[in-house]
Amino acid sequence: MANIKEYSEIPERLCGGHRLCGGCGASVAVRQVMMGAGKDTEVVAGCATGCLEVSTTALPYSSWNCSFIHNAFENVAATISGVESAVKGLKRAGKLARDKQVKFVAFAGDGGTYDIGFQSLSGALERGHDFVFVCYDNGAYMNTGIQRSGATPHYAWATTSETGKAIPGKLQQRKDLTSIVAAHRIPYAAQASIGDWKDLVSKAEKAFAVEGPAFLNVLAPCPRGWRYDGSQTIAISKLAFQTKFWPLFEIDHGKWSMKEVREAKVQPVEEFLEAQGRYKHLFKPTKRQDLIDQIQQEVDAYYDYIKKMCDTFGE
Amino acid sequence: MAEQKVLAANGNTMVAEAYRQAEPDVVAAYPITPQTAIVEQFDKYVAEGLVHTEFVPVESEHSSMSACIGASTTGARVATATASQGLALMYEELHIAAGMRCPIVMANANRAISAPINIHGDHSDVMGARDAGWIIFFAETAQEAYDNTLVSFRVAEDKDVQLPVMTTMDGFITSHAMERCELMDDATVADFLGTRTAREPMVGGDHPVSQGMFASVGGAYFNLKQGESLAIDSVKPTIQRIGEEWAKICGRPFSLVDAFECEDADYIIVILGSSAGNARAVARELREQGVKAGVLRLKLYRPFPAAEVREGLKNAKAIAIMDRSDSFGAQYAPLGEDVRCALYPMDGHIPTRDYIYGLGGADVTLDLMRQVYSELQELAAGKLDQGKHYLGTNKAQ
Repeated sequence: MANIKEYSEIPERLCGGHRLCGGCGASVAVRQVMMGAGKDTEVVAGCATGCLEVSTTALPYSSWNCSFIHNAFENVAATISGVESAVKGLKRAGKLARDKQVKFVAFAGDGGTYDIGFQSLSGALERGHDFVFVCYDNGAYMNTGIQRSGATPHYAWATTSETGKAIPGKLQQRKDLTSIVAAHRIPYAAQASIGDWKDLVSKAEKAFAVEGPAFLNVLAPCPRGWRYDGSQTIAISKLAFQTKFWPLFEIDHGKWSMKEVREAKVQPVEEFLEAQGRYKHLFKPTKRQDLIDQIQQEVDAYYDYIKKMCDTFGE
Repeated sequence: MAEQKVLAANGNTMVAEAYRQAEPDVVAAYPITPQTAIVEQFDKYVAEGLVHTEFVPVESEHSSMSACIGASTTGARVATATASQGLALMYEELHIAAGMRCPIVMANANRAISAPINIHGDHSDVMGARDAGWIIFFAETAQEAYDNTLVSFRVAEDKDVQLPVMTTMDGFITSHAMERCELMDDATVADFLGTRTAREPMVGGDHPVSQGMFASVGGAYFNLKQGESLAIDSVKPTIQRIGEEWAKICGRPFSLVDAFECEDADYIIVILGSSAGNARAVARELREQGVKAGVLRLKLYRPFPAAEVREGLKNAKAIAIMDRSDSFGAQYAPLGEDVRCALYPMDGHIPTRDYIYGLGGADVTLDLMRQVYSELQELAAGKLDQGKHYLGTNKAQ
């Protein structure tokens, strides 16, 4: 891993001037991931329909300083697999130099990854294309206006998991997508966060370096959907880690490892919940300690599960 | 004339052979009856190292067209094949392929659409895709499926076209029935097809390229869609030129419509695909009896060859438009509406009757064709109405 000065000298592949919201986690995720591709590598980026796509490619302007393709919502994995396959075919035909290095990366939000894009992702992983799939996970369909997805956490508010006298937000837990992806036995899968750039960039470097599919599930908070001030995006990302809500782990060629939260620094998940308006119904008009306790149990259980996987399938 | 091998083959084999000779850089495909044999056979060519193609065995037709689009934007030559539910599953991607001006060639073995499920031949699948911006050919025979496929690569990749092309043949009847076919030698085909030159390849160019951008502001969408429309509306001369070039090489004639004895015909059947043979057989029989019968078969369906249709039908006394698909709730089935629209600017009115036939592979017998010509004679005499009719069903109409 290089130092921060060296990373800062890598030309931006996603340029400023795009139209994402102030404090949006997605653009931070893209820039940190792209640092992992290195300085001189030609990269083709694919993007599913979503905030990132509509905000960076408003015709005739493109914020992408690398080749870029958007096709539709559910198929960025299939689309980039086509690009990657074409480069193989073109090289074999002698239409492209055989030693030409091109890296392929696909970006999608959690809707385009966990839900509508899942089949396309699973197929591309199974086929073994040499690409990095990055989910910028903000836990809801933010582009269409904060609807619940398979990534929306338990009891969070969204516009299709409304809160009211009868129902306290989303009644289901989120999918453990990173583990599901790991079950494809691809060379590299990891969960990361924009709150820990060193961890994320180092994981991105590994993801780009392996031959075959790699997957990064990056926590990328959304001020609009999570209902907090845009200045707090990185702080909330860090809180997600410190409360064990978002464990940072990786499965590198079948070996599990995680970055543990130091016991002295662990904070209750309530700190993470209370910082966001999407959980305000757990605190007002009356505090729902029962639901907060339940979330705490689930967060601890998931963290312990990952830890056990690391103990069992680690070094 | 170049050297051709005579062989017994079905439509699927002939399309697979055309793909082998065209040697796409990428073929991304998914199995579906009655097309599967194309991709099976092609994959065997890949496995044997006979082609340089990267074969992508995707997990659905949605992904096959998605991968084809991704591949096509790099400047690669790209092909796939599908049918029926597979084509329906591709629906949104068909529009995107055309909108992104991806010159993909796709064979479709025309098959019924569920429900109820039925694997046999009709045109319901293609008709659902007719407004997606693809150039669409209908082959009558396995030989023509081969010829159309080769011509399609040249048309799609032509610098003035840059549009996807669907080369269709009737499921089972053409895809699976053995015919006497002629296969051109590989070198001649390679010479005819050349290689694709992309305008702005996404990989290997001297600058980054953004594809599939967001056109929701400033009227860009409307203008680009008009451009797409102009592009497909103006491809007929290019198709004609390339088709004639291939006809000179292979010795088989090429035209956008196949007009059989239409010049002086009183009674004309307008039709697509494999059933044209039965219509011609009965037309010949009637000619021997002194009845002036003709058959107008459209080889090109999109863009619709309206001028050629008008020219072929201008002297008719009565016309039967035969549709192997339905358009529920519409006034007529798709070909019925297209042909009637083409006739509208003509002076005078020709009585026209619409027949929906052969859905789900139902038999289209010589007797049914005799019935159609017989009814056309009654229609010309003012004894029958001009509505929509189902041919060969057992329900009263």
